[in-house]
Amino acid sequence: MNLVSLALWIVLLPLAGSLIAGLLGKQIGRRATHWVTVSFVGIAWILSCIVFKDIVLQNQPAVNAVIYHWVSSGIFQFDVAFLIDRLSAVMVLVVTFISFMVHIYTIGYMADDPGYQRFFSYVSLFTFSMLILVLANNFLLLFFGWEGVGLVSYLLIGFWFKRESAVLGSLKAFLVNRIGDVAFVLGIAAVLTYFNHLDYSFVFSHTTEILGKNIAIFPGVNISVMTTICMLLFFGAMAKSAQVPLHVWLPESMEGPTPISALIHAATMVTAGIYMVARMSPLFEYSEVTLSFILVIGGTTALFLGLVALVNNDIKRVIAYSTISQLGYMAVALGASAYDASIFHLITHAFFKALLFLAAGSVIIALHHEQDMRKMGGLATFMPVTYLTFIIGALALSAIPPFAGFYSKDAIIHAVELSKIPGAGYAYFCVVVGAFITPLYIFRALFLTFHGETRMDTDMQKHVKESPWVVLIPLLALAVPSLVIGGMLIGPMLFATPTLLGNSIFVLPEHNVLYPLMQEFHGAKLMALNAGHTLTFWLAMSGLVVAWLFTIAMPALGETLKTRFPLIYTILVDKYGFDAFNERFIVRGTQKLGDYFYYVTDLKMIDGIFVNGSGRMIRWFANTARRVQTGYLYHYALAMIIGILLFAVLLFF
Amino acid sequence: MHLPLLSLLIWLPVLGAMLVLSVGSEKHANVARTIGCFFAVINLLLCIPLYLAFDANSFAMQFPENKLWIEAYQIHYSLGVDGLSLAMVILTNFTGLLVILAGCRAIKVHVSQYMATFLVMQGMMIGVFAATDAVLFYVFWEGMLIPMYLSIGMWGSANRSYASIKFFLYTFLGSILMLIALLYLYNQTGTFEIAKFYGLHLSLPVQKLLFFAFFLAFAVKVPMWPVHTWLPDAHTEAPSGGSVVLAALMLKLGIYGFLRFSMPIVPLASEQLAWVMIGLSLIAIVYIGFVAIVQTDMKKLIAYSSIAHMGFATLGCFMVYDIIRVNGSYQDAYMSLEGAVVQMIAHAFGSGAMFLGVGMLADRFYNHSRMIHDYGGIANKMPIFAAFFMLFAMSNVGLPGTAGFVGEFMVIMSAFRANFWIAFIAALTLILAASYTLWMYKRVFFGETTNKHLEEFKDLHWIETTNYILLTVGVFYLGLYPAPVLNILHATVGHILALSLPGVTAA
Repeated sequence: MNLVSLALWIVLLPLAGSLIAGLLGKQIGRRATHWVTVSFVGIAWILSCIVFKDIVLQNQPAVNAVIYHWVSSGIFQFDVAFLIDRLSAVMVLVVTFISFMVHIYTIGYMADDPGYQRFFSYVSLFTFSMLILVLANNFLLLFFGWEGVGLVSYLLIGFWFKRESAVLGSLKAFLVNRIGDVAFVLGIAAVLTYFNHLDYSFVFSHTTEILGKNIAIFPGVNISVMTTICMLLFFGAMAKSAQVPLHVWLPESMEGPTPISALIHAATMVTAGIYMVARMSPLFEYSEVTLSFILVIGGTTALFLGLVALVNNDIKRVIAYSTISQLGYMAVALGASAYDASIFHLITHAFFKALLFLAAGSVIIALHHEQDMRKMGGLATFMPVTYLTFIIGALALSAIPPFAGFYSKDAIIHAVELSKIPGAGYAYFCVVVGAFITPLYIFRALFLTFHGETRMDTDMQKHVKESPWVVLIPLLALAVPSLVIGGMLIGPMLFATPTLLGNSIFVLPEHNVLYPLMQEFHGAKLMALNAGHTLTFWLAMSGLVVAWLFTIAMPALGETLKTRFPLIYTILVDKYGFDAFNERFIVRGTQKLGDYFYYVTDLKMIDGIFVNGSGRMIRWFANTARRVQTGYLYHYALAMIIGILLFAVLLFF
Repeated sequence: MHLPLLSLLIWLPVLGAMLVLSVGSEKHANVARTIGCFFAVINLLLCIPLYLAFDANSFAMQFPENKLWIEAYQIHYSLGVDGLSLAMVILTNFTGLLVILAGCRAIKVHVSQYMATFLVMQGMMIGVFAATDAVLFYVFWEGMLIPMYLSIGMWGSANRSYASIKFFLYTFLGSILMLIALLYLYNQTGTFEIAKFYGLHLSLPVQKLLFFAFFLAFAVKVPMWPVHTWLPDAHTEAPSGGSVVLAALMLKLGIYGFLRFSMPIVPLASEQLAWVMIGLSLIAIVYIGFVAIVQTDMKKLIAYSSIAHMGFATLGCFMVYDIIRVNGSYQDAYMSLEGAVVQMIAHAFGSGAMFLGVGMLADRFYNHSRMIHDYGGIANKMPIFAAFFMLFAMSNVGLPGTAGFVGEFMVIMSAFRANFWIAFIAALTLILAASYTLWMYKRVFFGETTNKHLEEFKDLHWIETTNYILLTVGVFYLGLYPAPVLNILHATVGHILALSLPGVTAA
């Protein structure tokens, strides 16, 4: 099979699975539903291994393939077309693998749910949309995938639609993402306006033509076209990839079932923004303003949202804030022009974060949907496999060598250190402090959940047991890459020629921060062994120890800090007040404005004065006119005389 | 073969209406239903040869029919369709079948009258789109209002007399001015043939007056802010079939009028006043979007949403002047105008489906309430309906892959060429449409079943399912593969564009 038909099969199999599960699910039953969807996604994963082999390992040239013409209008032509290159091959592999694992896991996690078939249909539909997103060869199809994953995310967060919190969370997620989409659509429009094309290959090969051009968005202020395009696109990425201040929807997305949190809100969809910026590197490279902006936003997100995770007691929300923070790391790497490092972290993060979520989910089902860590504790003995895999995930997240996260996060931190783009210093500070915060919150969660005295009630203690094998297999299958993939990939991804992503990524020579790092790199093993010489390693270790101190050794310490620094504690518990602000000003403001427009302008002014007013005018006029028709002859005679007199006056003067 | 296809399309439904009426009494309701469906299906099938024989490469009026009607004033019974009309005629027949089917299920009293009313409405509407003579156009234009009044009057709800008077005041004011404009044009040309009105080189003040006369007629129909307030009232009082026709077809007559009359006949004035039209369109998109958010009546909400969506169509029409001024090339303006037309068609599917949906809910509710707060948790009782409605809601929101996306996308893409801020304000619809549509969806469909009346709700009847499957096909077809629809339009849009540019007509 050639690459194009392979790609088509990879995309269409999950779609077929989704349609079968969605339309025929009730008829074919639960077992058939999960067999169909799981095997279809499994086949898609195997096919993407072949694509990966052909494109990356055998170094075949990238393929641009038009599937069909969507629309042509005037000089513009929009196609549904795929780009199969190194970046998309890697992304497809990651997406299908995680999706495959999540599909298997779902069999166990959703076993008792009445919406079983619907759930499988959504998850497969999500996989389809995500694959469209990464395989698109133009901005239009990218937007198709972009909105498609947004839709399924909305459907899945609100999957348990009887719960008010879930439904509100889904609405919030959709609307916040739409705020980003406004900018994203305008970015696409800007691309079309200045390039007359939406194909990546055309746009990327004509970037130099628009470099000198400016656009006057505000009178008197000239902004370069490239910066306009990149800023608009990045605003879109900020919503999708949960960057401050558009991150507010991601914690709420935890109202969805846990497999979704792993697949959509950790491993794949939320990284779409990161992927998009990396894909557009030939554009972003020419807008240093945007890169600076990305550094600052990314750094802020990485540090400050990580801090929020410290005070949260919901196991899923801790991991959710951790995801936001890690997305900040990826954004920082983008801002430092270390796109490869960003995608590298995206990949390692996909594995270990999916692992953490699924392990947390394993705990949650064992405890009958209890997510509050204050009601857990001491679970290690009850659930040894879950415990083991959670530890691997936590170590990987904390960047402890030789786990996967160590390599990718270290690469990012060093890359930012070398970056000369304005804002890099601030971002460096954020990611270094973050290196201490990360192990602190995740090990706090780990200790609270698995160690110490159990705080479950006795009834629960009797029932708690390790999860079934359909849950454990994906955990183990994700634990292995969380352990090894960092060491395996760091060489090929960052320091080989060509790198794994090769010419999918474009970096200007003066922005290249990975090249100096390459000089110091002498193999993954040595890097792990030398970790003891780096600041970040000791920060991470101390974070781990402090977490142990606060939760196991001296639990009272936390309370002391709380009372000593109440202001900081309140700020963190309130999540910096974003939600309160949005609720008070944006939501209520919108309603007030709507009320005003409707009740005052529409009903009182337009209808009340003009429409009904003219109705009244007509009636008044008719009434008056009727009164004139009295039927008395002398009234008419008088009117005639007056009329003649008036005529005479008009004629003679 | 010289079958007068267009005449058949217009008069067959009228014939059907007479037949249905002759069936009359309430005992034969099923006969009336069958006859209604029969004629609706025949009409839709007649569209197939129409579509197949249509030459998309030509902008000429095709399938022409021409008979002298009133010799003294040179009034002709002349018909013909170009790409734009063809698309609208097919859409009319499609929608016609939908409302007849919906009536089969929802209407229990005066069934034969219902069928007759909607068949006549369908015929008149096709007449409007197919007429190439101004008087004939005007006759159909007014003629179609009669069945509309009747449908509101007979099957409408409590406040129908206010709504119909309001409807009358608004439309009558517009129509009468349009008639004056047409008579003026007859005086200038000695004919009522619409094509002869093009390229008249009228002076700017005259053009402005004509523009104003046409504007009132068409802006009321679209409806544009601030002459829009009749629509929410008419919608809420009309039966759901009437709402569907209103939303899916009657609003489009306004846009059709702008494209067929205003822009090509008075291009200079259109160019001069384009900024007003753009301004009003943007107000429709944003202001009406906010108004829609606070609605408590589902039909009103969808009605306001329709106004906002039509804002995109008018924006797409009148933005061409700005685009050409900025870029100088009229190739660039194609997409704007085509986006407007696609938006018209897409909106028919999305809002039509949503109005039908509200009708299905109200039919099931004991007092036929349309208030959002009377519902809740419908997804528990009607999962299939909820799934369909989600799809149409997403089309309303403009999700890629559904019909609603295509027109909005094309118009926003074009708007950026004209001006960043126009594009920005238009793009706000992404947030606003999502807000009002999905917030309504949340309150009606999600959550626990909120009251005991909802407990008895049954999921879709097979007729309702058929309707929704037809609409689903439309929504996906236009969303996933709009190229064939646009291929019909290219030549015609190019022609309209050429006529509408003062520079070109002067040459």
